[in-house]
Amino acid sequence: MAETLLTVENLTKKFEGNTILDGLNLTIQRGEVVVIVGPSGCGKSTFLRCINALEPIQEGTISLQGTPIVYGSKNLAEVRQKIGMVFQSYELFPHLTVLDNIMLAPMKVQKRNKDEVKEEALQLLDRIGLKDKADSFPRQLSGGQKQRVAIVRALCMHPEILLFDEVTAALDPEMVREVLDVMLDLAKQGRTMIIVTHEMQFAKAVADRVIFFDQGHIVEEAAPDEFFEHPKTERAKQFLNVFSFEKVEHNK
Amino acid sequence: MNWDFIAEYLPMYERAAILTVKLGVIGIVFAILVGLICAMIQYHKIPVARQIVAVYIELSRNTPLLVQLFFIYYGLPKLGANLSPEVCGIIGLAFLGGSYMAESFRSGLETIAPIQRESALSLGMTNRQAMQYIILPQAVSMSVPAFVANVIFLLKETSVFSAISLMDLMFTAKDLIGLYYKTIESLFLLVVFYLIILLPVSILGSLLERRMRHAGFGS
Ligand SMILES: Nc1ncnc2c1ncn2[C@@H]1O[C@H](COP(=O)(O)OP(=O)(O)OP(=O)(O)O)[C@@H](O)[C@H]1O
Ligand SMILES: [Mg+2]
Repeated sequence: MAETLLTVENLTKKFEGNTILDGLNLTIQRGEVVVIVGPSGCGKSTFLRCINALEPIQEGTISLQGTPIVYGSKNLAEVRQKIGMVFQSYELFPHLTVLDNIMLAPMKVQKRNKDEVKEEALQLLDRIGLKDKADSFPRQLSGGQKQRVAIVRALCMHPEILLFDEVTAALDPEMVREVLDVMLDLAKQGRTMIIVTHEMQFAKAVADRVIFFDQGHIVEEAAPDEFFEHPKTERAKQFLNVFSFEKVEHNK
Repeated sequence: MNWDFIAEYLPMYERAAILTVKLGVIGIVFAILVGLICAMIQYHKIPVARQIVAVYIELSRNTPLLVQLFFIYYGLPKLGANLSPEVCGIIGLAFLGGSYMAESFRSGLETIAPIQRESALSLGMTNRQAMQYIILPQAVSMSVPAFVANVIFLLKETSVFSAISLMDLMFTAKDLIGLYYKTIESLFLLVVFYLIILLPVSILGSLLERRMRHAGFGS
């Protein structure tokens, strides 16, 4: 009796005549963790941006709990509050302290009480071990710390669903883990998430369902064990092969 | 150097300096307003208004303030608008300064990556909120150096006000030289008073710039 949270129907997205997403269909249940993998340039980021209506789409519908998400529509700000987004490049606000980064939207957008928001923000920061950085500015943080703050900033809005776009891709290797751990923790809490990543081990560990994108289509969709151990399509096999080579290279 | 002469005419220079500063400050405030509006129109690419702003900026930047003042002082009355020299000076400065301010704000806005705005939107902010809380504060501090340079430039430009018979510093100096031939003393006072006005602005400006650089945003 799962509740359907996000529905994507026949989503088609073009850039200057090039079809990037070609009639995608996808539904996501509450509490589900869906990992999207696929070769570079296959449209993973574009897909997430469409869900948040940061991009106009040419065909299809996207809706969250029955509310349509339409690029440029009036209720967009309202729907977006329910969709937390974390970017590869963190996108913290450099002129605000860590605490203000987190508190700004809950206070100005949701008009919540300052003390209540502050308490929650500090609690969340404490949870990721960054409470002592509350008054620091983003430039004083490491990449991993910035990304964890960005996650907390999204969480503090109480979103229904979280979108992660390669959030560890810009990090130094030694910082990847601390960010992935936060995301694993969120998965354990039963958060609904869509995660785009190139970290295959992490994908295997965190996903309820893996979706393989290629050339604007969902080529394969399966439970993680099945996808990683027994990919059905040739394209998925090739894609995964690249990664196993990378791993071999690494181990040398 | 005749110090008695200097002591005698010091109050006259003071009055002139006060007038210069008063018109300068008011003119610059209006220039900032004009600049902000123009920068917003350009940033949001508002049709028609955007073309008008582009024409205004070229016109304002490529004609001397003196010419602009003559148009306002001698030209506008012909169209039925009788303005005092003070008001003409302010309008002239705002007309000239507006385009310079617009350019500094626009380049400040352009340094803010679009994804910062998207980050704000994804938190549920409206376009207005994203502008107010995220883009403008960053853009303004990015435009501080150009802004300070503009303020100094505009204060210096006030020296052509004498051409529309405003009794500013330049006017006073020319007047005294004409009347008493005390060229050295008159020019000495002129330089001293311009320094008194501009040096603090300059120093304050570089302090501000240093603070901004120290706050050095960077990601
Ligand atoms: N603003 C844009 N204008 C034109 N083409 C674009 C734009 N943004 C993306 N594209 C194109 O759309 C395609 C998909 O891009 P997207 O960034 O979604 O890929 P991706 O799967 O996220 O890749 P990566 O793994 O490298 O992040 C690419 O071919 C890209 O060149
Ligand atoms: Mg991408």
